[in-house]
Amino acid sequence: MKIITARRNSQIFFFLLFLWFCIVSTLGEQWWQLRGWPVGWLIQLDPLVGLGTLLATGSLYAGLLWGLVTVILTILLGRFFCGWLCPFGTLHQAVGWIANRGRMASTMIAANRYHRGQRIKYAILLFLLGASAGDLLGRLLKASIASPPLLAAIVAGALLLGAGVAWLQNKSGKRWASGVVLIAIAWTALSLLTDGSRLLAASLQTGLLDPIPLFYRSVNLTLLPLVDGRLVPLSPASRVYPGVLAIGVIFWAAVLLNLRIPRFYCRFVCPLGALFGLLGKNALWRVGQKADGCTACGACDRYCEGGCEPSSVIRTPECVMCMNCLAHCRHDVMGYHRSPSAAGEVAVPDITKRAFMVTLASGVAAVPLARLAGMTGDAWNPAVVRPPGALPEAAFLQRCIKCGQCMRICPTNVIHPAGIQAGLEGIWTPMLNFRMGTSGCQQGCIACGNLCPTAAIRPISLDERLGKGDFTSRGPIRIGTAFVDRGRCLPWAMDRPCIVCQENCPVSPKAIFTREAYQPVRLGGALVLQSMAGNQLLFEGPALPSERFATGDYFVTIGGHGMLPARIVEIGPGGITLDNPLVETAAAGDPLTLLVRLQLPYVDPAQCIGCGICEHECPVKGRRAIRVSAENETRQRRHRLLL
Amino acid sequence: MGDCCMTADSTLNRREFLTRCTRAGLSVAAAATLGIGFYDGKGPDGVSDAGPAVQIPDFSMAAMQGKICIARGTDRAAAVRQAFAALGGMSAFVKPGERVLLKVNAAFAAPPSLGATSHPDLVAAVVRLCLDAGASRVTVTDNPINDPASAFALTGIEAAARQAGADVVLPRESLFKRYSVDGGRLIRDWPVLYAPLARVDRIIGMAPVKDHHRSGASMTLKNWYGLLGGRRNIFHQDVHTLIQELAMMIRPTVVVLDGIQSMMTNGPTGGSLSDLKPTGTLIVSTDPVAADAVGAALLGRAAADLPFIAKAQNIGAGTADYRSLDLQEIQA
Repeated sequence: MKIITARRNSQIFFFLLFLWFCIVSTLGEQWWQLRGWPVGWLIQLDPLVGLGTLLATGSLYAGLLWGLVTVILTILLGRFFCGWLCPFGTLHQAVGWIANRGRMASTMIAANRYHRGQRIKYAILLFLLGASAGDLLGRLLKASIASPPLLAAIVAGALLLGAGVAWLQNKSGKRWASGVVLIAIAWTALSLLTDGSRLLAASLQTGLLDPIPLFYRSVNLTLLPLVDGRLVPLSPASRVYPGVLAIGVIFWAAVLLNLRIPRFYCRFVCPLGALFGLLGKNALWRVGQKADGCTACGACDRYCEGGCEPSSVIRTPECVMCMNCLAHCRHDVMGYHRSPSAAGEVAVPDITKRAFMVTLASGVAAVPLARLAGMTGDAWNPAVVRPPGALPEAAFLQRCIKCGQCMRICPTNVIHPAGIQAGLEGIWTPMLNFRMGTSGCQQGCIACGNLCPTAAIRPISLDERLGKGDFTSRGPIRIGTAFVDRGRCLPWAMDRPCIVCQENCPVSPKAIFTREAYQPVRLGGALVLQSMAGNQLLFEGPALPSERFATGDYFVTIGGHGMLPARIVEIGPGGITLDNPLVETAAAGDPLTLLVRLQLPYVDPAQCIGCGICEHECPVKGRRAIRVSAENETRQRRHRLLL
Repeated sequence: MGDCCMTADSTLNRREFLTRCTRAGLSVAAAATLGIGFYDGKGPDGVSDAGPAVQIPDFSMAAMQGKICIARGTDRAAAVRQAFAALGGMSAFVKPGERVLLKVNAAFAAPPSLGATSHPDLVAAVVRLCLDAGASRVTVTDNPINDPASAFALTGIEAAARQAGADVVLPRESLFKRYSVDGGRLIRDWPVLYAPLARVDRIIGMAPVKDHHRSGASMTLKNWYGLLGGRRNIFHQDVHTLIQELAMMIRPTVVVLDGIQSMMTNGPTGGSLSDLKPTGTLIVSTDPVAADAVGAALLGRAAADLPFIAKAQNIGAGTADYRSLDLQEIQA
């Protein structure tokens, strides 16, 4: 089997596997639904997810250890993931192949020439890693401040390093190293002068551009909802995600750019590819030329996927190991072997030490700047209700890769990608939109946390969610609290009986309870008693249509006697029929008052778990008359409402 | 490639390959060490990590228990000097070389004339008494409701304390530590202005007598509220129990309750001279419950009207029956 056939088979396999995992991320009991399929495996294989969360949290969560396999293979073999495995890369390669068939060889050779812009992806990678590393550095700093001997050791180490670097600088003429040491010393000093509490913070933003989460997000939120319908019934109700336009636009832009330059995203943008480029620096085997035989025909460049210029000095960090150059070389010059290319090679990514440090430091510095907005502190947005099991906001932002798996699996379609409600850092992170979907956040569901690849939403048990068993003392997980908007509520503001919210409140005892009130009905004129016989009343005044007032919710009282309201059973030619004869005596001419019996809804915050079913069901469909906000959520003590 | 036909070039290649092998091997080892070393199979458990819990020592003195002096007069400095003298002098409370914390009431950014905060004259007098008794350092602190810097400046407390020789500690995030009251229900894992407490041997609580709409009165027991951080106002939902737990949290060396003027209405902020009434009384007591019971009378309230007094008494913080104590009444 030719090597590119093997490569194609591998790509097709992983691409289909990816699509399959997307499809089966559907809650249900069919074989093609979530029946133990390892739907997170491709995300786990992506080492940028593992590395990002490791830097941000100091721990590598469960399945993310798979990323180590990819890392080790990349160190030994080079960017095999890009050419053989990455489903997003496969898509680009396929689109590029279709789009560029029949174009002239010279055009393609030009398009595939190495472009200086390809170094941008390294800057993107370093910026994103810098942004996620703040907390790791913060922990080191705190430890160094807390323990004077350690601090002394660090200072001594820095001085030693400085001396060593000065020596090295004299010998080699490399000047960047002293800059690094200076920055390290300045930073340590700065941290000692400040509290150290806000100088550093971590935010995991790799998922914005990391191809695996990006592809999952795009397919989960912008492609599957389109095909999901009668022919391909993936979800019982069609999926809606307000605000996904940007996700779709970025996806299609990445796809369409292949028309101009094949694998544009892989070459210029992809931070994962950049990571592989750095890791593969010492790969034992690499693509390159043999010593003799090259006629400079350009066939290798014509079909090159990575833009790494195999015809001349090959840039191995750019090589995605598509192996097209091997297959298309008519002179059998190209090979994958231990020795470097005979025509020479550049083994290190095209990024200067200075650019390396600047982008990394910019990433570290950007997060505290973003945090000045205070959205993880006092300026938190109560409209951002996170799924049950979500970590406290700062910890959440250290883990969420915005892959959209929680949104895909959510059986009620209540989890949606945030816009900027949670700050720029929180873009496309999951938040609950109770207006959308089929029915709030189901009390008996823990799907999202069990699919989350990074435990930004913890995998909780049903017992923990409901506060049962071992979790009785902690009580249920609350994601927010419902508030009645008395200015919009039908019984509160408009004298119309309703309490759909109370009916649908799923907790026991119900968090929504009612208090009874009788309100006089607004009529076109006064009602006056004509005569009374048993439970029949004849009256004068505006007409009382039976279909409106004989519903069982309307009552009458007579005069100012303080009598109990009597329920209207029927209104006809014989006047008003009441359910019981009135006991009180009344005279003709006494004023008659028509009352509506209302049950006014109240929320008991001690019972409310914030599931939002009330908000979803509220018949005031625009801006609901009962709405859940994140107050009293259990994930953040500071948001506690009650003692 | 056999040794027989090895050229200089291939030796170079082989050497380079071996270098790469070494580097790749080290990289793999490093990656594996990091990956496996930081492996976390369980994931976060959702319980916020509280950090190390701190303890607050008991600052009361066994030998001085149950002593109270009620001084009548109009001059705060004179009254407090004479009241302490009647109880055996400040040297009975503060030994030479000891560090003293004055927990004042600096809750609001209001001038001293409005009586919403500890009077600067009184703060200065107590600072001097401590220093005269040989205290090595006197610290004045509070976590005000209004902006701390403004509150300490506008109340005149900061200037007076510094002039008298004390340090003033304004609350900063790093000075708070999470703390739980033993046997408490409300103050659990809660940020407390701990750093100033940790560095002292004695604590003197200083509070003016004030009307307080939620708890009935704000005096020496309620004054410890100002040591709490965080969103402490949620405790207003159960303010009397909270004051009980504050009494469990801080066992002061001695308290000074300033009823030379009392805020009778519109408390605890006041805002008008008409809210104040000259009540001509200053209480120095090692029993904060007794002091508050005396203060309640100045407001025209009975101790029984203030549930927190009975609650503090129940947990052994003192007695509302101040006449049962070693009581001295003096005219300053």
